[in-house]
Amino acid sequence: MSIEIRNITKTFAGYTALDSVNLTVASGDLVALLGPSGCGKTTLLRIIAGLEAPDSGSIILENRDTTNLSPKEKNVGFVFQHYALFRRLTVFENVAFGLRVLPARHRPSRSEIRDRVEHLLKLVQMEWALNRYPEQLSGGQRQRVALARALAVKPRVLLLDEPFSALDAKVRQELRRWLRKLHDEIHVTSIFVTHDQEEALELADRIVVINKGKIEQEGSPQQVYDHPANAFVYNFLGNVNVFHGRLTNGVVNLGAQTSNGEHPQKGETTGKAFVRPHEIGISRIRSNESDIAGTILEIRLMGGQIGLSVASEGFEHPIEAEIPRELFRNLQLERGTGVFITFNNIRIFSGDYEI
Amino acid sequence: MTPAPRTPGRGDSPKIRIALISLTYLFFAAFVFLPLALVFAQAFQKGWQYYRESITEPFALEALKLTLLTTAIVVPLNAFFGMSAAWAVTKFHFKGKTVLKTLLDLPFAVSPVIAGLIFVLLLGSRTPLGSWLGERGITIIFSTPGIIIATLFVTFPFVARELIPLMEAQGREEEEAALTLGAGGWQIVRKITLPNIRWGLLYGMILCAARSIGEFGAVSVVSGHIRGLTNTIPLHVEILYSEYNYTASFAVSSILVFLALLTVILKGSMEKAYLKTNPQSAKNHEH
Repeated sequence: MSIEIRNITKTFAGYTALDSVNLTVASGDLVALLGPSGCGKTTLLRIIAGLEAPDSGSIILENRDTTNLSPKEKNVGFVFQHYALFRRLTVFENVAFGLRVLPARHRPSRSEIRDRVEHLLKLVQMEWALNRYPEQLSGGQRQRVALARALAVKPRVLLLDEPFSALDAKVRQELRRWLRKLHDEIHVTSIFVTHDQEEALELADRIVVINKGKIEQEGSPQQVYDHPANAFVYNFLGNVNVFHGRLTNGVVNLGAQTSNGEHPQKGETTGKAFVRPHEIGISRIRSNESDIAGTILEIRLMGGQIGLSVASEGFEHPIEAEIPRELFRNLQLERGTGVFITFNNIRIFSGDYEI
Repeated sequence: MTPAPRTPGRGDSPKIRIALISLTYLFFAAFVFLPLALVFAQAFQKGWQYYRESITEPFALEALKLTLLTTAIVVPLNAFFGMSAAWAVTKFHFKGKTVLKTLLDLPFAVSPVIAGLIFVLLLGSRTPLGSWLGERGITIIFSTPGIIIATLFVTFPFVARELIPLMEAQGREEEEAALTLGAGGWQIVRKITLPNIRWGLLYGMILCAARSIGEFGAVSVVSGHIRGLTNTIPLHVEILYSEYNYTASFAVSSILVFLALLTVILKGSMEKAYLKTNPQSAKNHEH
């Protein structure tokens, strides 16, 4: 089931949540709406579901205009951030709900309902919890049940509103992979909202980056990460060092280093240069003319990586770098050690992009 | 979650603890137990026989009937109005919502006597509305409808006040989830909303019933005190008392005490049931 979003605009008292948004989602895709909180991504999801009405524009599901249909008629599955399980009903009854409220002529028989619910609970690995109540389950388990409940009505589209954000890190990671696997099995067109770039990159077929009610960029995770359309996207998709620099014929001067390639502007202008922490090389000896000398200010353990803050003359803020543990050990770095920095990949965006 | 009970000892000296506990008991004895005991002592002063006659004489029975009738009409109506008001205030956004929420408490703030007078001024036989109704053979003031209306007014806030915080805490998500699963409006109310608020609703209804049974001020103004016709139990007690018939007065009072005890017991057992089925939202129910 393809989804077409045409010129959707929505304003709330005083601010514009969505400003003429256009987007097409191909059938069977798993799409992430990624953006900071308050950017309008949840509003867009609720409009697709019919829980919110747009001021103008239309939502087309498989060539049919569904803008003015109620959620009941739309047949979309919705998964809420805080699960929204029915607290008075057992897990079984929660999942069966969408089938039980069908009009009599469409309603499956009791045994069919039982089979379907049991099948779905098996799919989400919750068949053991049939007779439990939601409050007897952990957050991750509740969200699985919520997913089974949404799938029970065989939705044409599955919408997930920050489905993992209320869970702790480890469960979140686990559920993410599991959802990806599930999606590969059942292939229902899905859109999920997230503010977590890692989640979007790991899970989605396509990423739609939204900021202030507008789409900043849309593409595969690879495209969006490697070729960000603007400073906002670059900044939002991961940790980054920002340097203000002078652009001369598309070349920026950062200390002794200059950037190379990929900047269209001619003439002289000011711009921002971006370097990701993991795209910074650290060594104890100068290997290149343009290397920048600095001193280590701070060392942070970050799991597999080591984070370094390096102070350097000519830079207002410390430069943040991430290096593998192995390299860190070999270099025998400590606070105060003098090092040389190489920027492996500098990206320039000119113009005013507020982050 | 409910806060863990404070462990005794650290911080509070035993003296303070003993003093506070005894003070509580003393207060309870002086202001609850002693008066209640006196009611029964007075009621049975002239023996069991006299007690039985006092509460089964025709006027007392009529008063009891009117009180129960009023309660039976007022409680369901206020349950309905209270639920509608709570629903409107918690599930929709509209202009004047804050003002409405504040005004919901007005019947508690206004003296019951004033509440009674409002309806006399509005519906009395000399007012335009009252005479218009009178011409059509409907009397409100000094008759049963007036008593019911006054009681409705006075007990209106109980259900709404009970439900608003509960429904606010529960939010709209479950209803929205039901909506996306294809449920219709009535199905959502019946299967989701009502089960979620049922204890709060029942609790509010019990408080509403207790007040309906005991209401004196507002009812006194609109009733006209016609024995056997517009006398409720509290009014009957007052009449007997002012006729120096103390024993009968206290005997009838004891009916009110029994009804009050019944509501308190109901309320207590309900709280227990509520906690059992829903320990997590128990905090919504504490007062």
